[in-house]
Amino acid sequence: MRVVVASGKGGTGKTLVAANLAAVVAGSRDVVLVDCDVEEPNLHLFFPSEKKVLPVLADVPVFDPVRCDHCGECARTCQYGAIVVLSQKNLFFPEMCHGCGGCEIVCPQGAITMGKREVGRIEFSMPRSGITLVSGVLNEREVAAPRVIREALRYAAGHPLVICDAPPGTACPLVETLEGADFCILVTEPTPFGLHDLSLAAGVTDVLGVPAGVVINRSMGEDGMIREFCRSKNIPVLWTIPFDRRTAELANDGRVLTDEVPEMKELFLELFAEVRGRGEEGA
Amino acid sequence: MIICITSKGPKSSDPVEERFGRSPYFLFYDTGKGIFDPVANKFADAAGGVGPRAAQVLIDRGTKVLITGNVGGNALSVIQAAGIGVFRYRDGGSVEDAFQKYQKGLLEKMA
Repeated sequence: MRVVVASGKGGTGKTLVAANLAAVVAGSRDVVLVDCDVEEPNLHLFFPSEKKVLPVLADVPVFDPVRCDHCGECARTCQYGAIVVLSQKNLFFPEMCHGCGGCEIVCPQGAITMGKREVGRIEFSMPRSGITLVSGVLNEREVAAPRVIREALRYAAGHPLVICDAPPGTACPLVETLEGADFCILVTEPTPFGLHDLSLAAGVTDVLGVPAGVVINRSMGEDGMIREFCRSKNIPVLWTIPFDRRTAELANDGRVLTDEVPEMKELFLELFAEVRGRGEEGA
Repeated sequence: MIICITSKGPKSSDPVEERFGRSPYFLFYDTGKGIFDPVANKFADAAGGVGPRAAQVLIDRGTKVLITGNVGGNALSVIQAAGIGVFRYRDGGSVEDAFQKYQKGLLEKMA
């Protein structure tokens, strides 16, 4: 089963939920925790440990200056503005390239072959018994977040239990993380911003056919608008985490909440049981 | 010689657009013909990579001078490599006004 923890809005508590879910489950079974928020991976802050690193490579065009006659077909095909053809030379912007290979296909002179360059890395660690942490890290200035996410997920593929910390937003990186998942926990906060971005994220799970449930974080008891939205969309509210200064302090210290607060451990185990029931139904 | 001025509309009486890559129109002035030729910028609303692609449009038309408000880093490196001179216009006036000021040598050369 692969569970994704997403939110739409940033800062709602995705990483808190993913980290604690993995921590409580790891007491009884092995779990692979994947940090898919490759632009700002932060799960490793909760689980510091020695890591092994592998590079993530992406395809990039390599131009043969002898064959190239500067016809400009490659530049006209590139949808990302990564190639500009001048009368005597070509300019290539590697950080704008998505590695689609369209330029290689259309080049009438056969002057383009695909080479490789590093766009990010995958960090592996085993921070505690039962948890394998796989973190995707996108290099600065790069745009190929989905490429790094795909690679991170590939290393976790086939494992009986995978928990993914999703990137915020609802664009390509979230789609890459969500596609093919068995269940999505949508963490939200009871604010207009939380609701707005929750509705966008719920739209993505709906389109991708991933069953979803909502966790309301930082609740102060006034969750009416979130609950109303969930009712209208037929999305179950799985759990409400009350606002608690101590929770925020522990998280800010990089400590795992369920290690410190026994009641929280029980509640996260209940959440996992709920998720498992729903996720395995779909799987 | 071809001079390109970024514009909010297709006429030389329209205001100059200060952004280069996302300019709605490029007005190409051919000093040999003495007329403005408007071209709609199909990258004005594109998601990304607009600067270099817009620069390619200028290169393909043999542009020697660009008059605009500002040019981003990637587009600027393309424009410099292509030997196009860039002149900054930020007076908020029309394309015609920018052209007049360029001819009088009143515009600052950016690159």
